Amino acid sequence: MTVLVYAEHNNHQLKAETHKLVNAATKMGDAIHVLVAGSNCADVATEASQIEGVTQVLVADNAVYEHQLAENIAELVYSMAGDYSHVVAAATTTGKNFMPRVAALLDVVQLSDVIAVESADTFVRPIYAGNAIATVQSSDEVKVITVRASAFDAAATGNNAPLSAVDSVFANNLSEFVSEEVTKSDRPELTAANIIISGGRGMQDGEHFAMLEAIADKLGAAVGASRAAVDAGFVPNDMQVGQTGKIVAPQLYIAVGISGAIQHLAGMKDSKVIVAINKDPEAPIFQVADYGLVADLFEALPELEAGL
Amino acid sequence: MKILVPVKRVIDYNVKVRVKSDQSDVDLTNAKMSMNPFCEIAVEEAVRLKEKGVATEIVAVTVGPKACQEQLRNAMALGVDRGIHVECDAFPESLQVAKLLAKLVEQEQPGLVIIGKQAIDTDNNQTGQMLAALAGMPQGTFASEVVVEGDHVLVTREVDGGLQTLKLTLPAVVSTDLRLNEPRYAKLPDIMKAKRKPLDVKTAEELGVALTPRVTTLKVTPPPTREAGIKVDSVQELLTKLRDEAKVI
Repeated sequence: MTVLVYAEHNNHQLKAETHKLVNAATKMGDAIHVLVAGSNCADVATEASQIEGVTQVLVADNAVYEHQLAENIAELVYSMAGDYSHVVAAATTTGKNFMPRVAALLDVVQLSDVIAVESADTFVRPIYAGNAIATVQSSDEVKVITVRASAFDAAATGNNAPLSAVDSVFANNLSEFVSEEVTKSDRPELTAANIIISGGRGMQDGEHFAMLEAIADKLGAAVGASRAAVDAGFVPNDMQVGQTGKIVAPQLYIAVGISGAIQHLAGMKDSKVIVAINKDPEAPIFQVADYGLVADLFEALPELEAGL
Repeated sequence: MKILVPVKRVIDYNVKVRVKSDQSDVDLTNAKMSMNPFCEIAVEEAVRLKEKGVATEIVAVTVGPKACQEQLRNAMALGVDRGIHVECDAFPESLQVAKLLAKLVEQEQPGLVIIGKQAIDTDNNQTGQMLAALAGMPQGTFASEVVVEGDHVLVTREVDGGLQTLKLTLPAVVSTDLRLNEPRYAKLPDIMKAKRKPLDVKTAEELGVALTPRVTTLKVTPPPTREAGIKVDSVQELLTKLRDEAKVI
């Protein structure tokens, strides 16, 4: 059984999710092909070939795939899917976007956000915002799966899998890329960071997030936020950790001024170590925190920064 | 332009979900049910487009047991013109819902389908994309802004790195993210008026869609619980613990 893994990348760099997908894929089949679809993405293909467990890298390098739009990426993956037992992508905004189209074209269901692989046809996934965990078995011939990358360890590198070009070109006459606003930051991405420091409504306004950024810079951490902080307009939505934002599982998660609503916990409770700083001793965040500090964050944060 | 808005009846956002002791499913007995929050945002966006004169008619669709008509009436109270209920005993899988919706798209010929990005029960995030593929339409998922201009729609999407804007040829499918709008509440006179708006009931059989499930749920369990740790008294103690005990900094 061969698994097709869709590489997560931005045409220049392979994203850390891909290594985790490959690890998840080793539990599904015995051979793993990685598809790199993009434009001028040769470097990404080379990086993908170095992941242990990969048996073949397929490179669809064409201007029509530059922005990895759902309409033609789905056509491309669908055209290849017949040769595979499983088609796997990360449950990122890229994977979530095109994979259901692949499933529909194949006339199969999609298993979304898989967090564990029990066997080649049985998978574990959270439902109801992680308040229940379902074990499901699919009877479809090709299993189309999005994987929550943070639930898997990364596969090692050091491999040198062969590369081959995919020549099929599927034009996209339905949708067109207009523009993008990419949040510029020297800090790691939330989903790839080993340490995350997040702020909630207790931060009071967007400017106070500078206090978190200063600490993040000392720790090499990413900065996140609760939905309350996003809804209050303190910070942009792409910083949101939670059921409706990003699901993260870093080594250390520091929640500052976050009460710990279920919707936030759903996004971070699998972190290895959780620290909560909140002035309300009754805040639910303390029920999941390994280390809780009941304190005014405006006093604790400067002290924390100075102590690092 | 006609807008089609699929809506789903789900457990209310504020209800704490419990797993049945036999691990067969979650327990929804007597639980408060509501319209899925992302569907409310979809209804609101359609109503705003009608208020702006972009849309002429809004049709809401729901798939599921008879009780789902409550959510259709709710959508009508918010400004939807008529409803279609595809009645079936249980809630079908996303693929089947997408197939039912594709048949309705064929019949109704909407210019735009606005759908919630995910239902908060199954958390699948796939029906809209599946519908788009089956109907051969482009898609703008996780939308935070929707602007209809002539024969196309500009959709700004919430993507991992920030925001992305796409231009889609109409007809198209748009799936809603949280920041697209803030849904209004229904007013009492509108709730009364909604009771008289037309509501068609159809079956999957009439639409020619088989509802055989492809996925078997083997068990549903509560998530592993995380034990509360300790309280520290000072930032210094916290730093010491993180360095020496947890060894994470």
